[in-house]
Amino acid sequence: MALPAEPAAPDGDPLLPRVARVLRRTRELPDTVTLELATADGSPFPAYRPGEFTMLYVFGVGEIPVSISGDPADRMRLVQTIRAVGPVSSALSRLSAGDVLGIRGPYGTAWPVAAAEGRDVLLMAGGLGLAPLRPAIYQLLANRQKFGRLELMYGTRSPDEILFLHQIENWRRRLDFDVEVTVDHAGGTWRRNVGVVTRLIPRMSVNPRDAIAMVCGPEVMMRYGAIALHDAGMPESGIWMALERNMKCAVGLCGHCQFAGSFACKDGSVMRYDTVRDMLALREI
Amino acid sequence: MAIEGLARIVREQKMFAGLNEGFIELAAGCAKNVRFDADGYLFRTGEAADWLYLVRGGRVALEVVTPGRGAVQFLSLGAGEVVGISWLLPPFRWGYDARAVEPVRAVAMDARCLRDKCEADHDLGYAVLKRFLPVLVERLQATRLQMLDVYGAPR
Repeated sequence: MALPAEPAAPDGDPLLPRVARVLRRTRELPDTVTLELATADGSPFPAYRPGEFTMLYVFGVGEIPVSISGDPADRMRLVQTIRAVGPVSSALSRLSAGDVLGIRGPYGTAWPVAAAEGRDVLLMAGGLGLAPLRPAIYQLLANRQKFGRLELMYGTRSPDEILFLHQIENWRRRLDFDVEVTVDHAGGTWRRNVGVVTRLIPRMSVNPRDAIAMVCGPEVMMRYGAIALHDAGMPESGIWMALERNMKCAVGLCGHCQFAGSFACKDGSVMRYDTVRDMLALREI
Repeated sequence: MAIEGLARIVREQKMFAGLNEGFIELAAGCAKNVRFDADGYLFRTGEAADWLYLVRGGRVALEVVTPGRGAVQFLSLGAGEVVGISWLLPPFRWGYDARAVEPVRAVAMDARCLRDKCEADHDLGYAVLKRFLPVLVERLQATRLQMLDVYGAPR
C-alpha cells in the first residue's frame, strides 16, 4: 500500500487520524498479531500511559479501539496487539511492514502505576488481557526498586495460547517478579498449573491488604477475580480493572460506549472496582 | 509413623484446621504418609474411592483420557489441597485419573475408615462435611468458568 500524501491531522482535532506505518508484524498466536508502528513523518508518538488505547483505522475498512501493549518509554515505536475477530481487526492483522493505517489517540485512563509506589502490585491477566497490562509491567520493572512484591497471575485457555510466551519465560527467571501461569486445560505433558486464574489467589505472594491489583481480561474473569481478591483481604479500592464497551468516537461524544453514567472511552477503560462493582452485575449495561 | 506424629501432620492440614483434638486423633487414626514419583498415579478412573489425599508437597494433575486427544488435564492441585471428593458419597468411585506431575508427598486417609468414624460420630461427620463441601463448591464454580471458555474469541 502506497503512503498517502495527506498531511498529519492538525493538533487538537481528536477525530482526525494521523498516518502511521507498520514497521513489523509479529504473529503471537494463530489469531493474534502484534504490530509495531511508526509515525509517517518519523516524529515521536504522543506520550501515553499504561492502559491507554488508540483508535486504529484501516483505510476503506473501518476503525476499532486497540490497547497499547508496548513500552511507554519508547515513543518512536507504538506497539499494539490485535486479535482477528471482525472485519477491521482481521484487516489490521493482515497488515505487514510498510503498510499504512490511520491512528487516533492515545485515549482513556491509565493503570495506577505511580499510585502503587511503595506497595505490592498484583497483575491478574486473562487471555489477550495481558496485552494492555504489558505497558504497566514495563514501567514496574523499569522502576522495580520503587515497589514492593510484584506478581503476575496469568490465565489462558491452553499451553498453546499463552501470549508473549518467551517474555513470560524471561520474567519467570527474574528473582524480583513472581509469575504464575495457569491454563483451563492441557495435555499430559504440561507440568504447571491447570485451573481458573482465581485458584492462584490463595498462594499469592503479595500482601493483599496493602497491594494494588490491576486486573485485565474477559469481563467474567475480572468480575470473579475481583470478588476473590476482595475475599482474600484486598480492599475493593485497591482493585483496578479495564472495562471495554463499543468505543467509537473515543472522546465521550457519541455515547456508544456508555457504561451507566460513565463512558468507557474517557472515564475508562481502566476503572476502580469499587466504582463499577454494582454495575458489573447489571445485564442491561 | 506413630499416630502422634500423624496427628501433628493432620492438624497442620488446612482441611482439618480447627478440628478439636479428639477429632484430630480420630482422623489421624485413618491416615498414613505416602509419596508418589513423577507420573505415578494416586488413583485412576473407575477405581474405588477408598483413599483421599491431602497434598503436602508437589503437584497432582486431575485428568481424563479421551480418544484421539490422550490425557486432558482439567485441574492441578498443590500443597494444602485435597485430592478426591468422591469418597464422600456413593458410589465411592473415581471419575478421573489423579497423576503426580512431579514428586508428591501427601497424607493419605483411608476413606472407609473415615466414613465409618463419621457415621459413628455425627459431630465428626458434620465437621468433616463442613470442610469438604466448600472444596466441592469452589471446584464446581471454577468448572463453570472453565466451561464458559472466556478466553476464546468472542462469538
